[in-house]
Amino acid sequence: MAKCETANTSVDLTKVKPYGDTMNDGQMEMTFTLPVPYGDEADEAARQLVKKMGCEEPSVVYSHDMGGGYTFFVVYGKCQHTIDYSTIHVAKVESEVMERDECGKFIEENIGRDVIIIGATTGFDAHTVGIDAIINMKGFHGHFGLERFKNVISINMGSQVPNEELIAKAKELHADAILVSQTVTQKDIHIQNLTEMVELMEAEGLRDKMLLLCGGPRISHELAQELGYDAGFGSDTYAEHVCSYIITEMVKRGRI
Amino acid sequence: MKSKLNLDPKVIDSARQHAASIANSMQEFIDRHTTVSTERTILRLLGIDGIDDVETPLPNVVVDQIKEAGGLPRGVSYWIGNAMVQTGLQPQEIAEKMSKGELDITKLETTSAEKAEAAIMPAIQKSLEVINAQKKAREDYLERLGESRQPYCYVIVATGNIYEDVIQAEAAGRQGADIIAVIRTTAQSLLDYVPYGPTTEGFGGTYATQENFKIMRKALDDIGEEVGRYIRLCNYSSGLCMAEIAAMGAIERLDVMLNDALYGILFRDINMQRTLVDQYFSRIIIGYCDILFNSGEDNYLTTDDAYESAHTVLASQLINEQFAVVANIEEWQMGLGHAFEMDPSMENGFLYELSQAIMAREIFPNASLKYMPPTKYMTGNIFKGHVQDALFNLIAVWSGQSLQLLGMLTEAIHTPHMQDRYLSIENAKYIFNNARDIGSEVTFKDNGIIQKRAQFVLNEADKLLADIEEEGLFSTIEKGKFAGIKRPYEGGKGLEGVCLKDEQYFNPFITLMLGGAK
Ligand code: B12
Repeated sequence: MAKCETANTSVDLTKVKPYGDTMNDGQMEMTFTLPVPYGDEADEAARQLVKKMGCEEPSVVYSHDMGGGYTFFVVYGKCQHTIDYSTIHVAKVESEVMERDECGKFIEENIGRDVIIIGATTGFDAHTVGIDAIINMKGFHGHFGLERFKNVISINMGSQVPNEELIAKAKELHADAILVSQTVTQKDIHIQNLTEMVELMEAEGLRDKMLLLCGGPRISHELAQELGYDAGFGSDTYAEHVCSYIITEMVKRGRI
Repeated sequence: MKSKLNLDPKVIDSARQHAASIANSMQEFIDRHTTVSTERTILRLLGIDGIDDVETPLPNVVVDQIKEAGGLPRGVSYWIGNAMVQTGLQPQEIAEKMSKGELDITKLETTSAEKAEAAIMPAIQKSLEVINAQKKAREDYLERLGESRQPYCYVIVATGNIYEDVIQAEAAGRQGADIIAVIRTTAQSLLDYVPYGPTTEGFGGTYATQENFKIMRKALDDIGEEVGRYIRLCNYSSGLCMAEIAAMGAIERLDVMLNDALYGILFRDINMQRTLVDQYFSRIIIGYCDILFNSGEDNYLTTDDAYESAHTVLASQLINEQFAVVANIEEWQMGLGHAFEMDPSMENGFLYELSQAIMAREIFPNASLKYMPPTKYMTGNIFKGHVQDALFNLIAVWSGQSLQLLGMLTEAIHTPHMQDRYLSIENAKYIFNNARDIGSEVTFKDNGIIQKRAQFVLNEADKLLADIEEEGLFSTIEKGKFAGIKRPYEGGKGLEGVCLKDEQYFNPFITLMLGGAK
């Protein structure tokens, strides 16, 4: 009888690879389509592709003729690449998150006046649910929106708002922070639009006077910073995250 | 048929009566007005097509010139008819001359409305012949190639490039799709003109142009021949050009068109007066051309909660039905919309969805109900998403839906890839076949969760419709009772394109298309 062994649960964080049912088995499942007609050659093409991607023992477990010279595959393989997890660094919004009441109190104690926040979904984008979740009274998943925050005045301009209009309003109301929401990302339309916003802000000489934040399901803090925003927020953001960031930054930057 | 949900026919009648009176009360307003796009639609039906040297479509050139000269209240039918009398030219020639600055049709001598109408009539008859030929072509295809059983598998293509869309649509046709919708590019609904020619650049969808319609129609006809099944084409008769696009759809033989009396107002902030006038003419065209329209109630549930606001969907379906009745649309052409959008974490959510879907079928027994998939609660977890779509498909076959807009497992991420469509068609076909007769086999417990849910929603819809009838549709929308969105009477886009008709205004298409020409 073999020696009684326990499962290997120790991970070498400098060499991480996928886990199926045994440490370091590298198991991955992939689905994709190739523009080649269904058949043995198609399966072989899929196998070779997965092998080139760094997976040993690639195995086409399913393929289907989609017609017109396209084939769909499900392929398994054992990944040979590893990642050094111990050296990973991800850009994150650094401020500490305060609850709604704490935010109100923080403003009272550290800023001593109402904080003005104005937001919109800009460009041709008509998705409002995200920005509404942050600003409107009702909020999202049981987290109230900025309209319910003490010492915060927030304005939601809705969707399909041209960047110029959002900036004009922010200027008029002496906003402390501008929130821009973007959902449609096809052909990088959001990048164009977000970039234009920053350029307009700079041209108006406002970029250093107001905090500029963006958000949406495909937005990350890293992307936002690359585009010249102060911060970016993705899925499952709540108003308190946004408010905490804004008021902490305002104090840090002496905009009180 | 006995109601499985024990719905009270008196409440259904009452709700329908309220809706009828809401639709009829709007008719008086609609009849007094026209719009720039309604007038451009007449020109398109007359065959006026093309662009000028700065790419303005000729229908816009003509209407803009007439509008600037203050002639819009009389209507383009008069002005074109009059120009035909005075110059002997055909509508297209007149438009071309106007675009080159060689003709100012409002400065010509004027004849009576009767004479102008008589002059334009042959052109109008010719246009109806084109449309009739397309109706006949569709009938022939259906006769010769046949079609699938309902629920039809309805999928979208949305690459932005019409030629790429064709590749995706062909693949979908081969995989078993019955209806292909070409999703429109972001923000086309806010353009006050219809772009021209084939297009290859769109965001989240492809421009609706007459040439794009033609390209896709041809591709689907060819695939239909190959697979031995007629494949229907769908596009959007909505936005600022809703009626013009309906005309294009009539000419290019679209089979299904999204067309909602309220969607543009609520979700695109288009002025309500403008939308209601335009939807009337668009629906008359749709009715006449045997196009099946789809209303957009499903969208309410993206901004409102599907459980809390289910009655607004039913109320809107009844209103859409009654607006369709006014426009002489037959019941089978009414693709009234609803959706499977409850939070998947809700206990018994499936029972509520099932109840509401069967309720829709019982209240609209002969409509071609359009059932929309889960979208709002779809996430990056595509595996769970595929299960959500399976539950949705089960309800569809169970409740006898007509048009099943298939859910995509990647809904939360991107517009569909080719393999997503394949997987979703496979999912639907499996379930439709495997549970084919479940609806006629299963009955529900008296006063159980399912029966009570439907009764409750129906009662609430009846109450809401009674409120709207009393309050008026315009002011209901102003107060935000649909989808929780408020829109002002004078607000939104396109109001400047609405005008009062004068006494001599005429639009022969309305009379002919409504007047039993069917
Ligand atoms: C609802 C919806 C609609 C509704 C929108 C109604 C409305 N008033 O908003 C309607 C039906 C109108 C619609 C239309 C369209 N849609 Co849509 N829609 C969706 C859907 C189903 C849900 C989006 C949503 O509401 N999510 C819920 C909210 C709460 O999440 P969120 O937006 O991520 O917001 C959170 C965070 O991101 C963040 N956040 C968001 N904004 C901001 C801003 C700031 C400053 C901060 C700090 C945080 C923040 O906080 C929020 C709360 O946590 C998605 C699919 C899906 N399941 O995601 C498709 C989807 C987004 N739509 C899509 C498309 C393509 C369209 C159309 C372009 C289709 C067309 N061609 O007509 C049109 C848009 C037209 C236009 N002009 O924009 C695509 C986008 C693909 C892409 N990546 O580009 C999706 C993914 C669907 C798909 N698979 O095709 N849509």
